[in-house]
Amino acid sequence: MFENFGFTGANAPHSRRVGVGEPPGVRRALLAITFAFLGLFLFLPLAAVFTEAFAKGLGVYLAAISSQEARAAIRLTLTTAAIAVPLNVGFGLAAAWLVARFEFPGKQFLATLIDLPFSVSPVISGMLFVLLLGVRTPMGEWLADHGLRIIFAEPGIVLATIFVTFPIAARELIPVMQASGQDEEEAAIVLGASGFQMFTRVTLPNVRWGVVYGVVLCAARAMGEFGAVSVVSGHIRGATNTMPLYVEILYNDYEFSAAFAVASLLALLSIVTLTLKHAVGRRVASQIKHAGEELPRLAA
Amino acid sequence: MKRVHAIPGFGLTLGITVAYLSVIVLIPLSTIFFKTAAIGIHEFFAVVAAPRTLAACRLSFFAATIAAIINSAFGVAVAWTLVRYDFPMRGAIDAMVDLPFALPTSVAGIILTALYAGNGWIGRWLTPFGVKVAFAPAGVVVALTFVGLPFVVRTLQPVLEDLDPELEEAAATLGASRLQAFTRVTLPALLPAILAGFTLAFARAIGEYGSVVFISGNLPMRTEVLPLLIMSKLEQFDYAGAAAIAMVTLLISAVLLFAANVLQRWSARRLTA
Repeated sequence: MFENFGFTGANAPHSRRVGVGEPPGVRRALLAITFAFLGLFLFLPLAAVFTEAFAKGLGVYLAAISSQEARAAIRLTLTTAAIAVPLNVGFGLAAAWLVARFEFPGKQFLATLIDLPFSVSPVISGMLFVLLLGVRTPMGEWLADHGLRIIFAEPGIVLATIFVTFPIAARELIPVMQASGQDEEEAAIVLGASGFQMFTRVTLPNVRWGVVYGVVLCAARAMGEFGAVSVVSGHIRGATNTMPLYVEILYNDYEFSAAFAVASLLALLSIVTLTLKHAVGRRVASQIKHAGEELPRLAA
Repeated sequence: MKRVHAIPGFGLTLGITVAYLSVIVLIPLSTIFFKTAAIGIHEFFAVVAAPRTLAACRLSFFAATIAAIINSAFGVAVAWTLVRYDFPMRGAIDAMVDLPFALPTSVAGIILTALYAGNGWIGRWLTPFGVKVAFAPAGVVVALTFVGLPFVVRTLQPVLEDLDPELEEAAATLGASRLQAFTRVTLPALLPAILAGFTLAFARAIGEYGSVVFISGNLPMRTEVLPLLIMSKLEQFDYAGAAAIAMVTLLISAVLLFAANVLQRWSARRLTA
């Protein structure tokens, strides 16, 4: 971005501009502060999780992540994500279509409501479902009479996960949908495409990176959520543990190496997420930016 | 005007959006209002004004404030370095800033506890000075600093990128020192974004559970924050008490996020003006 000012090449484009850029001492100090802070709060914790995970050797590590309970936790984590992600991405597409393509009263209010779960503490998110469907509530009693168990069981975990990941895909898809514009979709309709054909052949390809981005972020949060699922899980070992919950159980049982071994899998998952987010996020951002740039070019 | 009607799917997407929103968010969220309303005003205040609740509230606010201040101060340095300087691995380090968003909070919690415990990598250097972090209020601050780290950096980065260097240049031409240019020109332009980031970090910290539960040690009156208190009430099946405290926490978050929204709009206006 600073290349526009004619200072390409130098790795310190600012330093030769009058009044812009800091003296080398200040610069070094700022870099040192940044590295120290991020080192202390990001890199040291990351290094610690892998060190602790392998502290008792590879054998203990492998045993910890392949035990029957660990496998059950991995399975439940993946199942939960496999239910929550498609539902929320599907909803995200519908909501993005609605918000980006139509004007209607209450649109801004609807957008605010969609973001609501972001402002709810994880513990409260889980608690909502206990209050709604727990054993001592009217709905819970009805469910119990019909032999359905939701709270302190897997369906509760899935519900709480859907709640906390609810806005993620919609929030990413709305700007992408707005940026992709509706000219091509109108053309498809005018040329005789059905709504479904327009959606699968025009809309989806146009917003594909937004969808990928939404899936990545939603899946990561779905697999990593702890507070909300902790409330609804009831902590039945082996039966209703997702991986983040299993980490807690192991830790509280003083099985530290095993806890860190499972934690290291989750840490690895978040590194993969960040890498994907970085790669896909750039495409999404450039798509949104290009849409903004195209308008004046067409006008000229 | 007419264009809009060429696009199909208004009824369908409106139906899906409203139905799904109601089932997943609005109906569950309404239970907390019903539950709180059902317990009556006297019991509500008895729960909310109980010494244990007030202690949790105080610690939540205190620790969230300190953590947000730490994140604001360092966040400015981090955002500044990431936007304006070039150094090896900048892209990777930039991506890593989101780690606290991506890492499950229980994982963050056990790692921070291990690091800051008396025999941990960091704790062992603090113990000789009598500084206790894990299982003390300072541990809560550490955990909340970790989870709030990305907010100030991420709200500040786009603002710094859009900031016209000519402003600083003009300040210098008019005789301002670099420090004067920063405090009188740059900082005021960044202030709304910093405050927005501060508020977001603070709001996140007020609701945080997973990373705090391990490092705090959960001592009532001493290291218990609001979400931990809600959890402890839930575990004792005191749903009314949990709902009352949750209601208060939700209201705090709502006010904070409204403030963050206003600040971000102010920040955007400043940039375009």
